[in-house]
Order: sequence, then structure tokens, then C-alpha cells
Amino acid sequence: MSQTPEEPDATTGHPADAFLAGQHSLRHAPGPYFGDFGGRWMPESLIAALDELNDTFEKAKADPEFIDEVNELNRNYSGRPSLLTEARRFSEHAAGVRVFLKREDLNHTGSHKINNVLGQALLAKRMGKTRIIAETGAGQHGVASATAAALMGLECVVYMGAEDTRRQALNVARMRLLGAEVVPVTVGSQTLKDAINEALRDWVANVDNTHYLLGTAAGAHPFPAMVRYFHEVIGEEAREQILAQTGQLPDAVCACIGGGSNAIGIFHGFLDDPSVAIYGFEAGGDGVDTDRHAATITLGRPGVLHGARSYLMQDEDGQTIESHSISAGLDYPGVGPEHSYLHDIGRVTYEPVTDTEAMDAFSLLCRTEGIIPAIESAHALAGALRVGRQLAAADGDPQEKIIIVNLSGRGDKDVGTAAEWFDLIDTDAGEAK
Amino acid sequence: MTSEAAIERARSQGRPALIAYLPAGFPDVQTTIDAAVAVAENGADVIEIGIPYSDPVMDGAVIQAATVQSLAQGFRVAQVFDIVRAITERCDAAVLVMTYWNPVMRMGVDEFSRRLAEAGGAGLITPDLVPDEASEWFAASDKHGLERIFLVAPSSTPERMDTTVKASSGFVYCVSIMGVTGARTSVSSAARAVVDAAHAAGAPRACVGLGVSKAEHVREIGEYADGVIVGTALVAALRDGGVDAVGALAAELSGRSASPARS
Repeated sequence: MSQTPEEPDATTGHPADAFLAGQHSLRHAPGPYFGDFGGRWMPESLIAALDELNDTFEKAKADPEFIDEVNELNRNYSGRPSLLTEARRFSEHAAGVRVFLKREDLNHTGSHKINNVLGQALLAKRMGKTRIIAETGAGQHGVASATAAALMGLECVVYMGAEDTRRQALNVARMRLLGAEVVPVTVGSQTLKDAINEALRDWVANVDNTHYLLGTAAGAHPFPAMVRYFHEVIGEEAREQILAQTGQLPDAVCACIGGGSNAIGIFHGFLDDPSVAIYGFEAGGDGVDTDRHAATITLGRPGVLHGARSYLMQDEDGQTIESHSISAGLDYPGVGPEHSYLHDIGRVTYEPVTDTEAMDAFSLLCRTEGIIPAIESAHALAGALRVGRQLAAADGDPQEKIIIVNLSGRGDKDVGTAAEWFDLIDTDAGEAK
Repeated sequence: MTSEAAIERARSQGRPALIAYLPAGFPDVQTTIDAAVAVAENGADVIEIGIPYSDPVMDGAVIQAATVQSLAQGFRVAQVFDIVRAITERCDAAVLVMTYWNPVMRMGVDEFSRRLAEAGGAGLITPDLVPDEASEWFAASDKHGLERIFLVAPSSTPERMDTTVKASSGFVYCVSIMGVTGARTSVSSAARAVVDAAHAAGAPRACVGLGVSKAEHVREIGEYADGVIVGTALVAALRDGGVDAVGALAAELSGRSASPARS
């Protein structure tokens, strides 16, 4: 089920109209509001901490010393800039449209998450905090947070749904190796949203010495704008790299969306380029015609969760509905508020990709490019195949058309899930499966 | 009955108001009503009915367990109006609803307010709504004559204390400690500072909640605050001993002799 992007209508006064007329930039949106979305729907107890964080972040952004620190860590610790790799054999399956992969999977810790945690850990130190707490679903953000804490000498506690600690036992061990305490959350659905609830409860009680290192571009202001800021480097690099390699801007940019941090990072580089179509692919789970999916923008409606007004999977009573996806990193019933805004103004097209489509694309990338992607990123790959066919069906030579896919993470953590999905584990002959 | 009137009535009797929290639908809807009436007959001036919510970030383990059970049993938000109506028909306590904001937003702030006022509710306590985001609620509460009880905390700056006190009606809910709901052995020394700051900012009524569980806490807080809010301890009593136990605890907290439950 795909959505038709809104046709820009000059009479509605949408910000996208002004943008298309060249009057208005969509980049660097400061928050706290993105159109009708965003804000600070938080307990009063935490408002002072959010104010302190916002002040610290605003000062840091204007401080060349901070910018240098971030750039130095990105270059010499994370391994930035990440590569932009043309996926030639994969492209044959996208109707011949050229597909380029932004290789966030090659960053230290194996995903884009490191960009944000290094920045926020530096801010935590500037605020004099000695302890960071984080939530994690698949474990990517937890591992990245534990890494940053080890690097900077901070205490680290990671909240993780008990269900996810079982699904991602190796990542739990990884975080513990790095010195973090992992707390399994046994309340609610025992997944990512409950891990966030528990982290917020910890934060309220320990805000004096603790920074909540939120892992996605959601939550209360300043988190959405701040997390995006630390990921903008993805889009900036990708834009320069594609121009250097091909001499032109891409026709489309594709990313997967859970909370939406990798997506907003790469989108940001292209928001003001009207010729670039931008796509966000949500987790369609078993399909958006079932009740097992995480297609928040496709099927949700605006509400408040974890501090921001945004699209939300909720029932008629405003109770959050549990999401489902094969990808733990996309298994979240909310989405960052800037995405809700970009959807409403029609600048970005959001579509669901099912578990099956994602796993097919996962396998295809493994076999055509020798790259095992994160299952999250495989949603973007599946979407790119779809966009490739659409581009090829339009006028012009497919081989002159270009898609950039944000390959947000590597799939080492997903080998167990994939082995089960594709039935790759040898079983003893004669043993019943 | 407004919470303002209920608290002033207690003041005229020379005592702090007792404000009692109970979650809607725990252990079932009828028992919520009976427990609220028992608590009111044993000295509670204001009853606070909490709407169970899927993501209660300000609640500790006891209240979470109660609200999870209520939701699992199929509690629907609109039932809170039936509960409020039934309680106000059976006793003269002021009845407030405590709710996270998304369920109100989902029903529509004006529609929710209209139905609450119709049911005889006095207003709303809003743990995750700050005045900065409350423009719809200001309009609806004015239109339907409901009280707005916002929270202030030990971390509230003087500017925010001022804004929040001005935005509030009924009383100002002073969070005694930085943390979530749950019984604690002693009352934080921060509580008095929060109440003093609220009074200094012009709050006519400042009541203390979070961590209050014993009669001695009530007496101690009553020295400086206009009311005392008890939640977790009552929920635990209701869970372990039913309506009689929760009535007996209310009597103890209010310093009265217990009157037997009637339904």
C-alpha cells in the first residue's frame, strides 16, 4: 500500500510551496516545533534538564572548539567520511537505475548511531554529567552509547526490553564487555518503547548527574533537532560524494525509518534540492493490512509519546499500540516529529516495506555486492528497488538515473535472524525441524 | 464540588486536605467507585481518579501494575466519566481526574472536558502536560469550568514556578522529590522548599505528592502545605485488603476513626 505524495498546491500556503519557489529552506529547522509537530510534552520535573541541554547544545554549536572535537572524533575514531559505494550488480535488479550505498555500516560500532552518541557524550561532559543512560532496541544504540561512555570515562546504563535482550543476546554481551550495565525491562511490551519509559523514570530520579542519551531523532525538544544535527554529516558527505563521482545530484534518496535518525541525517543534505525525490521506508511487518507492523506514518495519527507530538500508532483511546517488525531497530510505534512534518508538507514520501520484501533485499545485497546489511537498512534497499522500477518506467535512460540508499548499519547482529529466516542452519539428517 | 472548595473546607477545620489517588478500573470499575467512596467517608477531601495509560512514565511499580491490570481487563477511557459520576453522586468529595495527555488529545480536548464536567468532575491533574503546551486545555477548561492542576518540581526555576502557578487553578501539585510515584520511608526535605516557592509565587493552595504514605508524613507536610496527596500506599492497600483496607488507611491518614464500608 503506497501513498501518493501530496501535489504541492500554491494556494495552501504550505512551507513546501515556498520551498519549491525557492523562498524557504527546509534545512536546519531549529525546533521545538516542526509545523504542528514536536514540542515538549514532558513532566515538569524534566523541563529544567531539557533547558540545560538545549542551552549547552546551542552554545556548543557556536563553539569552534566543540566543532573541532566532533570532527576529530568522526575522522579518527569513527572512520568518517564513510564511503559512497556504487552497487553495480544490485542495480541490475533496480531496473538498471544506478544505486549508490552510503556506507554507514563501515563506521566504528557498525552503524550511523555512533555519530549521535559521540556528540551527545561530549555535551554530557560539558554539562558536568558523569553518567549516561540510554535505551536500545536491537542493541545498536546501546552498543554505541557503551562505546562512547568507555571512550569518555562515563558511567553507562542501558535499558533494553527483556524480549529484546533475548533476541539480541550477543549485543547484551557486547555492551557488558564495554563496561555498561544492561537493565532488562520487564514491564509493558518489553520492547523499545518500554525501555524508553524506564530510561525516562531513571532520568527523573537521577537528573543531577545523568544525561539521557536518546538514540533517535524523536522525543522532546531539543532531541529531534539535536540528534539530526549530529547525523547531518551523513547527508553532507553523500551530497559531495555523489557530485564528485557522477557530476550530478541523485534522482532519489532512500532511507529506513524507525524513529528516523539515519533518515533525517541523509535527508537533510538534499531537502533543499527540489529535483531530488526523498523516500522514507517504514517497517511494514507482516503487512499494513494486518495488525503486525510498525508503519507509523502510513497508518498512525498524531498524538504525543515520549515528549513529542508526532504520528503515533494508537488505538481509539489514545493507548499506544505495540508495533511489530522483524527489525528490532524499526520496531517502534512512534516517529520523529520532523518526519511527520516532512510527510504533511509532502516533501518526503513515506511508504511501508514488509518483512518479506526487506529480507529479499537483504539476501540480494549479500549475493550481488558482498555486503551484509542490517535488516533495518534492508528496508531502504527494498524501497530503492521499488523506486528504481518507477524511475525506469519514466522518460529517459535508466542508467542516467541515480538513487542513493543510506546503508545505515551492517548485518552482523542479524545473522541469527537471517539464518532462521532463510533456514540456513544445518540440522542433523532425519531430525524433525 | 471543586478541589478549591474542598481544600478551603479542610482549612476552615484547621487541617490539611487529604487528596487520595485511585486508578480507574482497578481491581474493577465497581470497586474503584466503592473504594473512592470509602476513602471519602474516611476523611479524604479530594479524590483523584487516574486513567490507566500504556506509557506511564511518571509512575512507579505499584501503580504501573494496577493500571496494566486495568487495561488488560479491557478498561476504556470513557468509563472514567461513569466512575466520576458515581462517586460524586455518593459522597461530597471533589473528584479530579489524573491523566497522561494523549488519551485526552485522542478524544479531543474539548469533548473530553465537556464530558468530564457533565459527569461532575472538578478538573484534571496533568503529569505530562506543562503550561507551555496547554493552549487547548486552557480554552477547554475555561469553557467547561474545570480546574487545571499542573505540577511543579524541585527542579522548577523561579520563572517556571511563576508561570505554572499562574496557569493553575484548584491547587498546585508540588512534587516532593525528583522521581516517580511510589511509597518512601521519609518525606524529602525538598518538599517544603517547593511548597514555599509555590506560595511565594502566589499559589493560594499548594499540595504535596509523591512518596507520601504514612500518617506521620501527613502531619509533617500539613505543617506547611495546604494538602497532602497519597497514591501508591492506597493502591497497595486496595490491592492487598480491598475496600475495607483502603478505607481504614484513609482513616489513619486523616486521623479519624474508620467508618465501615457500605456499597
